Order: sequence, then structure tokens, then C-alpha cells
Amino acid sequence: MKYAYYPGCSLHSTGIEYDISLKAVCKALSIEIEEPKGWICCGSSPAHTINHLLSVALPIKNLSLVEKMGAENVLVPCAACFSRFKKALYEIEHHPEMMNEVEEVIDSSFQNRVKVVHPLEFFRDNIETVTSRIKRDLSGLKVVCYYGCLLTRPPKVMQFDDPGYPMVMDKLMRSLGIETLDWSYKTDCCGASFSLTETDIVLKLSHDILEEARLVGADGIVTACQLCQANLDMRQKEIEDKYKTKYDLPIFFFTQLMGLALGIEEKKLALNRHLVPVTGVFSS
Amino acid sequence: MESQIRNQKATSEFARIVLEECGENVNVCFQCKKCTCGCPVSYLMDYTPTQLVHAIRLGMEELVLNSKTIWLCASCETCSSRCPQELDLPKVMDVARIMVAKRGIKPGVPDIASFYKTAVSNIGLFGRMYEVGLIVSLKFKTKKFMKDTVVGMKMFLHRKLKLIPNISGASTSRGIFSRLRKLERGKK
Repeated sequence: MKYAYYPGCSLHSTGIEYDISLKAVCKALSIEIEEPKGWICCGSSPAHTINHLLSVALPIKNLSLVEKMGAENVLVPCAACFSRFKKALYEIEHHPEMMNEVEEVIDSSFQNRVKVVHPLEFFRDNIETVTSRIKRDLSGLKVVCYYGCLLTRPPKVMQFDDPGYPMVMDKLMRSLGIETLDWSYKTDCCGASFSLTETDIVLKLSHDILEEARLVGADGIVTACQLCQANLDMRQKEIEDKYKTKYDLPIFFFTQLMGLALGIEEKKLALNRHLVPVTGVFSS
Repeated sequence: MESQIRNQKATSEFARIVLEECGENVNVCFQCKKCTCGCPVSYLMDYTPTQLVHAIRLGMEELVLNSKTIWLCASCETCSSRCPQELDLPKVMDVARIMVAKRGIKPGVPDIASFYKTAVSNIGLFGRMYEVGLIVSLKFKTKKFMKDTVVGMKMFLHRKLKLIPNISGASTSRGIFSRLRKLERGKK
């Protein structure tokens, strides 16, 4: 079965490692994925602050492109896109009167037949396919799983694990032989899109996350959101300078660690593309 | 007497607009402050989320629409997930932000408002977010030309920023934006 794959804008730029590693993992597991042709931005964090109808229309347009492909499921790895897709579906399901305007704006019909799936859910449901192909022993690696805001909240819309203390990524990592540690910052905000404007907010919030990760003794942080990854990785040096400390904490995408466990080379998982080098962690 | 109280409108025109625009009724709030306690950005806000909800109930439009709070909300949804009354506060913040733009009020945190506006124009123009274009236009709007030059350079060297935009969705999104404008003009 072929799955539609909506990477979203960031996975083709600042979150390129997520795209590369997810594709490599899917290839290793013989899962066929394909992008809908001519997809557009989902509206991300800005559209809903400007126009409500636009924030619903953009994800629905993309889902209508997926319907045209004939796919039943679309994999949406970016937490922001995943959240906007789920919210748009929630809006039209709870306000069906919106549908006429949405279809008029997107100039397409929409049947609401596609299921929006996050790769974490997908691998959870196909865990034996993953575990049966493990080639590399990653035991000895201790990580914390960081889910961020958008995957689980608000629960009535997202219907994705526990909103305050999710475990789906922890369980996936543990099934690969990686130790995941308990910590209190799983779903705390990293400052998200304030990175470009109110950077001090990001520095403070991301500092708190890095600090807690170090205190519990993690070798690295595993993420499922390219904005979280970017803030924790790209801003880590500034955070160290501002708070006069040192972390050297690599910030992984969960797909990169999956890829390593499946025996894929580090370079093919874009592990060399992070700003905080990951080399120290795998010295063994 | 009792029926008079019951029939009294215990809420403002502002609260009614918010309800009409997003379906959220701020009058369900009983001021437990769970939203404020969980808010990661409340330490910078001029009014806490709890105070903001109360101000809407009281019809204090000027205070709300001029506040920093509505811009500093990161839409992290901690409040809406924890609210015992299931009030979706980030949706209320969106209504306030859109009102600010419609009325031509100067936003309480102009840089954040510029970022949202610039990013949406960017999507309308290119179809997909063109990050380098967004960063450059934002620099001109905020006049902070030297901000993030070092980290931006590092991102570029790690091939994480593309100089040339992918415009394969540009005509689709331009169509969407123009039909949306037409639809909204028709409503006025």
C-alpha cells in the first residue's frame, strides 16, 4: 500500500534532516510514500492569526490533493502541519456550514476521506515491522523524548496520546533498545515561532528544557517537531552564552535514531546536518 | 427579582462578538487561573490570560486590543488543554488579533504582528513558505538588519536554508488568496 506524504515547507529547508531520515527509514522498511503534486503551505502558525477561513482552507486544499492521488492515509511528520490538518478537519466536522466557503476558496471538492496520520502513530501501529529489522544495538544511549506543544494539544482535537505526559515516542525508542528517561518537560513550549521575532522567549523556554534534560542525565533529546528541533539545536549556542553554561546536547529527530537502529549509515540520516554535533554520543 | 437577574445580560457586546466569531463563550470562565499558571509566556504579558478573559467579559475592548498579551500568546494550547470549562483561549486570541488588524490599531507587540503578516503574504506569493524571503522582508519591516546573522550563516552552511524558492504551489495559493479576498469583499 502506498501512503501519501505531506512534508510541509520546513522539511524541505530548516528541518531537512527529518525529511531525509524519514524517507530513509520508510525505504528500509519497504514503505512506499509519495508527495501529492503541487502541495502548498498548510498556513502553519501565522495563518490563523490573520484569517480563520484561510487557516482552514489551506490544509483542506492539501487534503483534497491527497484525495486526488487516491490515497487513504497521509503521513504528516511536521507537528505544526499535523496540528493544522487536524484542526481544519475538526472545524469542518463541527461547523459543516463552513464547507461551502472552503470549497469555493480552494476551488476543489473535498470528501473528507483521508486519514491524517503522524509517523509516530504509524510506527506504533506497525511496531513489529520495525523491531524485526533492527540491526544495530543502541543500548547504552540515554535520551529524553520531547513532544512539544502541537502533537498532543488540544486533546479534543488531536486525539493523540496523553496531552501532558505522552509515551508513544518513549515506547518506540525503548523498542529500539534505547533507554528513555522520565522528565517533566515532555510537552512544555520551546517558544516556537517566536524564534525570529522575540528570540529571548525562545532562549528562556528552550534553556529550561535543555537544563532539565541535562539534570536527568540525558545524552540527547529526541524530537518529533522540526520547530522544536530547530530551537533546541540552532539556538543552543546562544543559550549557552546567555546562561553561561554548556550543554553539548544533540537534538535528534526520532526517525534518525530509528534509522541508526535499522543499520542505516549516519550520513544517510543527515546526522551531520545538525548545528550541535552528534558524534560524541556514538563514540562506542 | 430572581427572573430579572436571570434575564439580565451579564455580558458585554465584546464577548458576544468573540462568541460569534469563534464560537467561544468567555462567560464560562470562573477565573480559576489554571490558564495563567500553565502559560509559558505569562511572565512577559501585561495582562494574564485570566485577566484578559475577564476584560472581554466586561467589554474592555481598548485594553484587550491594545494589550501585549494577545501577541505574546504562543498558541501552545496549554491553557485550552487544562481549562476545566474547555474554553479555547488561543482561538479567542486569534479573534482579538484579527480585530486589531481590521480596525487599524497599532499592535501591542509590532514585530510579532509583522512576522505573522509577512509570513502569510509569503505563503500567498510563493505557495510554500520561502524562509529566506521571509527573513529578508522581516528585517526590512522590523529594521533589525543584524539580528541572527551568525546563526543564519550557520544554517546556510549546513544547507538548511534555500536561496531559491520552490514555486510549484504558487499559482494554487495565489488562486486561494484571490478567491478569499473576493469572498470577503462580497460579505461587506
